[in-house]
Amino acid sequence: MIRSRHYTPAHEDFRATVRRFMEKECAPHRDEWQAAGRTPSDLWRKAGEAGLLCTKTSSEYGGGGGDLFHCLIILEEQTRICFNELTFYLHSDIIAPYIELYGTEDQKRQYLPKMATGEFVAAIAMTEPGAGSDLQAIRTTAKSDGNGYRLNGQKVFISNGQVGNLIVVAAKTDTGAGAKGISLFLLETDKAEGFTRGKNLKKIGCKVQDSSELFFDNVHLPPESLLGGVEGQGFPMLMRRLPEERLIMAISAVANMEEAVVETVEYTGERKAFGQRLLDFQNTRFKLAECKTKAVIGRAFLDRCIDAFIEGELDTTTAAMLKWWTTQRQNEVADECLQLHGGYGYMMEYNIARRYADSRLGRIAGGTDEIMKDIIGRTL
Amino acid sequence: MSNAYAQPSMPSSLPYTDEHAIFRTSVRRFFETEVAPKQPEWEEAHITPRSIWKRAGELGFLCPRLPEQYGGAGADFLHTIILAEEQVRSGAIAPMYALQSDVVAPYLLQYGTEEQKRHYLPAMASGDCIASIGMTEPSAGSDLQAIRTTAKKLNDGYTITGQKTFISNGINADLVVLACKTDTGAGARGVSLFLVDTDTLGFSRGRNLKKLGQHAADTAELFFDDMHVPETALLGGVEGRGFPQLMDRLVEERLMTGVMSVAMIDRALAMTIQYVKDRKAFGQRILDFQNTRFTLAEAKTEATVLHVFLERCILDFMDGKLDPATSAMLKYWSTEQQNAIVDDCVQLHGGYGYILDYPIAKMWVDGRITKIYGGANEIMKDIIGRTLGGRAR
Repeated sequence: MIRSRHYTPAHEDFRATVRRFMEKECAPHRDEWQAAGRTPSDLWRKAGEAGLLCTKTSSEYGGGGGDLFHCLIILEEQTRICFNELTFYLHSDIIAPYIELYGTEDQKRQYLPKMATGEFVAAIAMTEPGAGSDLQAIRTTAKSDGNGYRLNGQKVFISNGQVGNLIVVAAKTDTGAGAKGISLFLLETDKAEGFTRGKNLKKIGCKVQDSSELFFDNVHLPPESLLGGVEGQGFPMLMRRLPEERLIMAISAVANMEEAVVETVEYTGERKAFGQRLLDFQNTRFKLAECKTKAVIGRAFLDRCIDAFIEGELDTTTAAMLKWWTTQRQNEVADECLQLHGGYGYMMEYNIARRYADSRLGRIAGGTDEIMKDIIGRTL
Repeated sequence: MSNAYAQPSMPSSLPYTDEHAIFRTSVRRFFETEVAPKQPEWEEAHITPRSIWKRAGELGFLCPRLPEQYGGAGADFLHTIILAEEQVRSGAIAPMYALQSDVVAPYLLQYGTEEQKRHYLPAMASGDCIASIGMTEPSAGSDLQAIRTTAKKLNDGYTITGQKTFISNGINADLVVLACKTDTGAGARGVSLFLVDTDTLGFSRGRNLKKLGQHAADTAELFFDDMHVPETALLGGVEGRGFPQLMDRLVEERLMTGVMSVAMIDRALAMTIQYVKDRKAFGQRILDFQNTRFTLAEAKTEATVLHVFLERCILDFMDGKLDPATSAMLKYWSTEQQNAIVDDCVQLHGGYGYILDYPIAKMWVDGRITKIYGGANEIMKDIIGRTLGGRAR
């Protein structure tokens, strides 16, 4: 149960809309999308129509004018039907804010309304084969050619890399300047000659979400594609957004813990072995008590961090603590709950198997566990 | 040794006032100057002197939440938290003031007759009467219904026969709140609590038990051999109320266990961070090794998460809304984390962590009991497990 000073009944109305959408538009298509390894583009249009995209973006730019709770509600509702990997949050709450916060007025008007309708599906391309958490090591370059830039290089593990048609690309505009040489560009893939998508990468989990390699071979970028219009701002732009991005990952982690416990209580309450329900074995109850404790404590910490965030007081360290703790516990809970499902827990048709596989990403994406500990360790 | 105290990385959301801050300062001074330095002496003796109980009473640190008419200071729950935190912070395991102030006194205040309150509470607040609670028996720990000590009704009172064990303050105690069966056939409904003066004929103390840690605190076996007590010794004057009386108090007791475990984590972290900054190996500070930073980053995160959860539990408790399952979660999780973190901190101290001159070594042995007392953590999981839903049998 959410306990925040800022959560209102209006949020609950939105939840009802989201729940209907998830049940009608997503739940029936799992097998199909999973086999395809991606979501269809008409899903994004439908989500836009239903008001599920860019919920936090100002209504001036076609968004919902909402807050973090709209993102939270979508994440909780998709988690409920075990579509943990749907990337509406990435599009709406991670990428749209880059444009809204850092973009020029023209960029905002050009992209945000169409992102809100789902006409543009956005991706963000930071990671490279030789640069993951260590962003300063990227090698993709954007060299000025008098009439804009020429983009060369490659990216990997890019979520929405197959379905996306608007890609925020991190590239070096000055290769000798370290972090100060990084700039962000808005790349419309339909217009980009020299841009190719590589394989849709096969992942351990998150099967409905596409993850891609991207290649840039002398792609022309017009001058107005430079986010914010000033070179060398990319690194601080990315850094400033990290606490909120990690908060969003924690929302998913907590929601997954809660759902895993509910589903496992249900399963062990029905399934019998040795003449009694699994739930009646002491070990089952104790393990679930441990899992529930983690979920409840995670929720309490999340609530507090959300309030701090809304009030402008969530710092980088606390966000790192939140992300590490919740994703770590999420993995433990998923593993324990899978165990209690026995053989069925190993079958992908059971939610718990998907939660187990999907959850593993949480400790890697958005800054690995190790990066989180490094951030926290610096405050000792 | 460092006496620092790690500060949580999020600001406290508890409604502390300036008056609480002043109170904290004087409590801290008392523990640092009058209690902590005496620990080695009291550890040798395996008991605390009565004088230190009297001293706490003089300063208003015993039973501060009692109404003034019973000798208290009319303090609130935050004062209680301050007392517990500052005692932990100072490293003083004993005396177990909290047992007197927060476990026994509330039984009398909430359930006692007016006469019982007037008789005992002012003496407990002044430190003239040291109290203990007698629940556990050799064959009945967490399973209270299994107790075998009986209180048989006679014309003018009760005759009590049986024995108790692991009784904190048992050697020092003037008063034992004793759980007995007044009806051996009635299960939980047959349990009643008695206020037993330890100078009663038929009462005797066994050994001061040797424990793994917490050596300055006395822990005793108690024996009752046809011990006669008057009718007025029955807490509240009505038989069979003992079990619900005990149960009602558990939420607060578990909350206080959480307060103390979180304070122990803060203390362990502070002293370990200091140690790894001072100590060098292989040409660099221990803190500069990545493993050290990561281990402490995890511990600091656990501490921060726990502070937030604890504060929520405290605020809910002050609003009368803290439920048994949530307090069980707090007790289970905080004590598990406290033991795990203190163990990590011993490891980071290397060989010194094994030497009892170092406070971290003491914390390691002293702290082990928290996973057992106040309801073993298995009982906590049982309580939480009952709230999982799923149709009950």
